[in-house]
Amino acid sequence: MILYLLRRVFLLAFVFIALSILAFSLGYLFPGDPLQNFTGLRTISAEQLPLLIAEYRMDQGYIQQYLGYLQRIISGDWGLSFASQQLLLVEIKMLLPATLELAAYALLISFFVGIPLGIIAAIKPDGVLSKAISALALTGYSLPIFWWALLLIMVFSLWLGWLPTAGRIGVLYEIPYQTGFMLIDILLAQSQYQQEALFNALRHLLLPTLVLATFPTTVMIRFTRDSMLEVWEQSYIKTARAKGLSRSQVLYRHGLRNALLPVTRQIGLQFSTLITLAMITEVIFSWPGIGRWLIDSIYQRNFPAIQSGLLIISTLVITVNMLTEVLHTLFNPLARKR
Amino acid sequence: MKTLTGQAWCRLKTAGSTVMLCSMLTLSACQPQLPEAVRSGLVYCSEGSPESFNPQLVTSGTTIDAISQQLYDRLLDIDAQTGELKPGLASNWQVSSDGKVYHFSLQSDVQFHHTEYFRPSRALNADDVVFTFNRIMQKQHPFHYQGGGNYPFFQSVDWAGLVANVSAEQPLLVRFELNRPDSSFLSNLATDFAAILSAEYGKQLLQSGQLQRIDSHPVGTGPFRFREYQKDVLIRYYRHNDYWREPAKPEQLVFDIVPNNARRMAKLFTHECDVVAFPRIAELELISKRADVDVQESTAMNIGFWAFNTAKAPFNQVKVRQALAMAINRDAILQAVYFGHATAANSVLPPTSWAYNANLEPLKYDPAQAKALLAEAGYPNGFSMDIWAMPVQRLYNPNALKMAELMQADLAQIGIRASVVSYEWNTFRRKLGDNEHDSVLIGWSADNADPDNFFRPLLSCSAAQTGSNRANWCDENFDRLISQALLTADQKQRRSYYMAAQQYLSEQMPLLSIAHSQRFQALNSQINGVQINPYGGIALAGASKEAK
Repeated sequence: MILYLLRRVFLLAFVFIALSILAFSLGYLFPGDPLQNFTGLRTISAEQLPLLIAEYRMDQGYIQQYLGYLQRIISGDWGLSFASQQLLLVEIKMLLPATLELAAYALLISFFVGIPLGIIAAIKPDGVLSKAISALALTGYSLPIFWWALLLIMVFSLWLGWLPTAGRIGVLYEIPYQTGFMLIDILLAQSQYQQEALFNALRHLLLPTLVLATFPTTVMIRFTRDSMLEVWEQSYIKTARAKGLSRSQVLYRHGLRNALLPVTRQIGLQFSTLITLAMITEVIFSWPGIGRWLIDSIYQRNFPAIQSGLLIISTLVITVNMLTEVLHTLFNPLARKR
Repeated sequence: MKTLTGQAWCRLKTAGSTVMLCSMLTLSACQPQLPEAVRSGLVYCSEGSPESFNPQLVTSGTTIDAISQQLYDRLLDIDAQTGELKPGLASNWQVSSDGKVYHFSLQSDVQFHHTEYFRPSRALNADDVVFTFNRIMQKQHPFHYQGGGNYPFFQSVDWAGLVANVSAEQPLLVRFELNRPDSSFLSNLATDFAAILSAEYGKQLLQSGQLQRIDSHPVGTGPFRFREYQKDVLIRYYRHNDYWREPAKPEQLVFDIVPNNARRMAKLFTHECDVVAFPRIAELELISKRADVDVQESTAMNIGFWAFNTAKAPFNQVKVRQALAMAINRDAILQAVYFGHATAANSVLPPTSWAYNANLEPLKYDPAQAKALLAEAGYPNGFSMDIWAMPVQRLYNPNALKMAELMQADLAQIGIRASVVSYEWNTFRRKLGDNEHDSVLIGWSADNADPDNFFRPLLSCSAAQTGSNRANWCDENFDRLISQALLTADQKQRRSYYMAAQQYLSEQMPLLSIAHSQRFQALNSQINGVQINPYGGIALAGASKEAK
């Protein structure tokens, strides 16, 4: 097991190095002066120039420059944003939690809705209920997310007037930034309107979460259903039934455990899709997360921001992928031996 | 009844998300009693982020709307109804007989904002006024080069050349000494740009070495104090409780930054915004049908125009410019671009100005004569040119691209092949400043009621030098007329100069005046006390929310 973990960590380190090389080379590949792209300074004065060249090792070879870049990334000096002239790491710290919060809730919904529905659909594969669930899943799977989001806004915000259209919380509620996770920040804030703020934030959260959860939920339904059906066909299930275990006992003890194993792995694979969809959701609901920021940065030709945004998002996706893989292996003795 | 059916519905469905949905719905049905800061708070949805929190440094309407009237006061104010000057921080003022020395007596006991980053120890006095204006005029002033050393409005009116000295004669008495009499001086002091800063705050920043904070963490005397700014997200202000006038009605004021027009409208309909800047003219009819939304309108002091780069051939020929102007069907533009919510312009000055020249001969739409003029100028077969269309929606030109396309068709009739050019807004302005254009569709909104505000910042030689003269036009005769108009305080005499200047403009045609647009604002019908200010930024201190 330890050997397996070591192998994973080694692979992870290798991927990180490849990623950082890519991010570093973007500084040269983007138009404009590489020094500006690395520092994020819009204008560099004549006095600053020699100091910066020395600091960023621009007078040395690419390898030296890359090592310097790596050092800065690790020590937290990610340069400035072209647009705001603020430290990029500070901006990312402010924005990333918003995206993670949204993605986490969507993922939770996809678990708690997707897996039970998938199991129900698998119990009687030819029943009406199963057919209905499959049809629903297929519809949800093929819905273009931006269209679905606009439709929900039309109905619930504009037509019925029940839910807000944009943002994380009503702008009149002032919640100081502490963790960046809105619900936690509200609970931490010693404000007089904690409860109202919490409800307000939940109302803002509802539509984006629903939209973002649609795709992973349908994937989860289909995957759980298929996996259950496959396990159901295995001979050990038949043996268990033959030994006289009840249907629900077999389902829980033998069926579910084995069927859900590939599902854990699925989370890791779905995470990158989830992040991509989160970007679209953020743009539509003006959700102040990293995805919207990255897309704005592309519009604004904010090269340092694009560089570090790509680095942070791909790191996130790869780490989550790796973690679910490790989890999968932990639960699955067969995979550990391999 | 409502909750009962809601509960029944909830019981029927068991899936997690539906339960959540139900609880949300019941929540929205019975709103709990909200605290004062939220209940009386006002949300203004603006169309963009401010560039700075100091009005001295900017000219953009977006920034002025967001900061000027909320955070600051000026020595003088403009009465929104009559356009006349009225006392602001200066309770009264005297002019010397030669028109070169002005004395302003300041209001006593005017308190600056008490914020997290600054605790004022004294009330406003003459030092603050001196500090404010010296920052603009004196290159050796510690704050002069903060933010780039550009003061676009003050440079366009040649402030540094006009004002010789500002001094504090007594704690509450300020003396302005001018190099020459200037009848637009008082009006310029009343613009949104002439906000009064705190000298004590400047001193504190100097001591702590954080000079740049003067423009990002503002301290003023206005009805609201700064709380936080999240770029592209929101600006949050709280009420300034020691305000020297009647305190602001909303305890909190938030500028929600929503650049997308459709989204801004949606937020108005869902009541996430109380007041919305610049509703699209095409949608006005739809909006005014709703009972929960009011639309306000006002004839604003603005002009949308088509400026020719008069330094470039063939636009350096008067006949070519006249031909181009005559070839444009302005009535079609008024209908298609302004949807009839604008008046055709005959001069750069709007007809509501006291110096408007009503005797100008209206410009005809006459392609045949335009063609003849072109032939006279030596272009019988026309030529190729660019029309630069600004990429953003402005009051004076709600859709420059559409306008450019209409003009393209008009020009084709007289044999001119026009192509439409546009860039991202910042790039667009920079390239314009470098005079890379052939012609441009752009415009101007007045900052005060003085006619000078339409001439000098737009068409003078000094404006051509700073790059704000879009026609790149520097004409001695014209410059003489408008500077003579400034030397006299006699309104009749001034009017005659401006009449002559307008006549001269319509002959020389450095730009084609297209339309004076009306300004619109959409707001929740529960909001009272918000008016459009025809001379500058919106003031929100008097806004209150109550159910009708």
